[in-house]
Amino acid sequence: MSTRRDFLKGALASGAAVTACVAAVPAAARETRPRPPEALGLLYDATLCVGCKACVAACKEANNNPPEFSTVDHLWDTPLDTSGYTFNIIKMYRNGTMEVKDQEKNGYAFMKTSCMHCGDPSCVSACPVSAMTKDPVTGVVGYNPDKCIGCRYCVAACPFGIPKYQYDSPTGRIGKCELCRHRTKDGHYSACAEVCPTGATLYGKTSDLLAEAKRRIALKPGTRTTYPRGKVGGPDQSYEAPVGNYLQHVYGEKEYGGTQVLKLSGVNFAKVGMPDLPPDAAAALSETIQHTLYANLIMPFAVLGAMTWVAKRNVKPDDESSDKEGS
Amino acid sequence: MVNNQHAAPAPVGGSLVNAATLTCGVLIALMVAILAVRFLFGLGAVTALNDGYPWGIWIVVDVVIGTAFACGGFSVAMLVYIFNRGEYHPLVRPALLASLFGYTLAGAGVIFDLGRWWNVWNMYWPGSINPNSVMFEVAMCISLYIVVMWIEFSPVVLEQLGKDDARRKVGKAMFFIIALGTVLPMMHQSSLGTLLVVMGYQIHPLWQTPLQPALYLLTAITMGYAVVLFESCVASSAYRRKIEMHMLTPMAKVMLGFLAVYLLIRIGDLLVRGALSQAFVPSVEALTFWLEMACFIAPLILIGAESNRRNPAKLFLAGILLMLGGALLRLNGFLIGYETGDGFSYFPTLAEVLVTAGMFAIEVLGYIIITRRFPVLPREEATH
Repeated sequence: MSTRRDFLKGALASGAAVTACVAAVPAAARETRPRPPEALGLLYDATLCVGCKACVAACKEANNNPPEFSTVDHLWDTPLDTSGYTFNIIKMYRNGTMEVKDQEKNGYAFMKTSCMHCGDPSCVSACPVSAMTKDPVTGVVGYNPDKCIGCRYCVAACPFGIPKYQYDSPTGRIGKCELCRHRTKDGHYSACAEVCPTGATLYGKTSDLLAEAKRRIALKPGTRTTYPRGKVGGPDQSYEAPVGNYLQHVYGEKEYGGTQVLKLSGVNFAKVGMPDLPPDAAAALSETIQHTLYANLIMPFAVLGAMTWVAKRNVKPDDESSDKEGS
Repeated sequence: MVNNQHAAPAPVGGSLVNAATLTCGVLIALMVAILAVRFLFGLGAVTALNDGYPWGIWIVVDVVIGTAFACGGFSVAMLVYIFNRGEYHPLVRPALLASLFGYTLAGAGVIFDLGRWWNVWNMYWPGSINPNSVMFEVAMCISLYIVVMWIEFSPVVLEQLGKDDARRKVGKAMFFIIALGTVLPMMHQSSLGTLLVVMGYQIHPLWQTPLQPALYLLTAITMGYAVVLFESCVASSAYRRKIEMHMLTPMAKVMLGFLAVYLLIRIGDLLVRGALSQAFVPSVEALTFWLEMACFIAPLILIGAESNRRNPAKLFLAGILLMLGGALLRLNGFLIGYETGDGFSYFPTLAEVLVTAGMFAIEVLGYIIITRRFPVLPREEATH
């Protein structure tokens, strides 16, 4: 039967085309990208945080964000989570009697929630219109509302739940920490670090911050050491304090290939809202799949070529009118 | 080719005002009213969307599931023109029409969901595009495919308008348009699955895999045939026409072939990744997973035998099951198996459901008007 033979031919041609392309495309594996060498970031040390929330207020002011209320009297800015209008928040962990700070059982702890400025950010990979970008030098993940189409793929993609959208506005934007990149030209740096009274939030080059974090977790808990405040390498505002009971884990050193914001804690990170992440970024896998299938559009064009060849044989130029003859 | 033995397509004729079209009209009016509120006061005014669930049914149902339902045109065109099975030719036009509507409306519907829709031109602006973004690839291919489908369908309109010259010109390039019309859906239907990959651990292991593109493409093709089964049955009963069993029975076999390949890859992937154990943990995800799998496996039993494929009721039921299975795979991956942290939940508001219903009503209304006035369905000596 000729139709059966043609069917097999079509199946073979398209199957062979697809297989040939998959084999021919060079391995387009995209490795997880490391932080840029001059990357800027923050070090948050939960054992130094006193929960004063000066950083939350300073962030609001620096980003010109309105207060958000969660109490009946609407007197104070009391956001319960980050949002399209709150880019930084201090959350509290509580357990049992809450007697000892930074202790998992019968203790309490603080944790800062804000953009981690990933080395290989999912939001940047997801954004179809390059509204979310990573600065090649500072590594800061910035947002451009003039390009953003509001699709919220970045919101869905971020493993930390950071980019957030303003659902209450007909012209809503995405809101997220941009490490106060708009304030650096006036000699300022991240407002949260500028105002932190204990140095729990410290600003600087991520490489310096990582060294500082490693110095801290190597110390014996209870001994005394010097803690810098504000900005690493800035004017000396350091003070002496007892060493906290650190977990031997610098969060952000390896997660998703490394983030530019690093964290130290006495309580298991998963319990204070920081997810367990593998060393490979999801963006790398996603882009590997895309670039394997679509490298230089070789495969789509090869498949199109095969399909055109088969269709050319099977579609008679006057195909549509040939139907008419049958009536 | 066996085309010449088929009855040529002809307008069904009859009145355009009836219970079905009036219902559609009311649903469309409601949708317009809700959309006015959405564009004046923001997405929060009418939807239950939040930062834990930034995508609701307007994306997952209208676009991700909607365009998969609209794969009938692609699946049948592939069968007829690529695998050269001319005997299915009469199915091409009605399937293409349904696809055309499904895709055009999904494309237009995305605008309702875009928070900053006036910037949408950036999607096509070389200075803005991000070729690393899966969403960029999806948007490009869907946009192009909508244009391609309108060209594929244009002979129907030109024929009715009596513009034979133009029709012949389009006819000469048709083989290339048809080839494009098979490649573009392969590209974006697979990428709709790849959209989930970058979300990483936030997607439940039962639905997070690097094989996403293969799973979504195979189910889209299967759903395409299932939708044709469904539409043929509904159109026959609504227009009181003979059911096209001589085409549907063998087409169902092709559909089962794709289904079998899908199930092999799906189950193999779950085993290799060690994710299958998650299906035996008492949870909502495990429940919906088994529902999804049941919808995919039941048709193999229901119409696995040739004699059962000659039974229109069983074909209809198998079609519905496969449409449901494909819809569940997408709903599970994008919403039920999506978990971004504590404290967030999503259930669509009535307004969201009404907008989705309104979009569906436009499709049904359009299908009725066009099949009654343009030559889409095969001519038949039937009474209305």
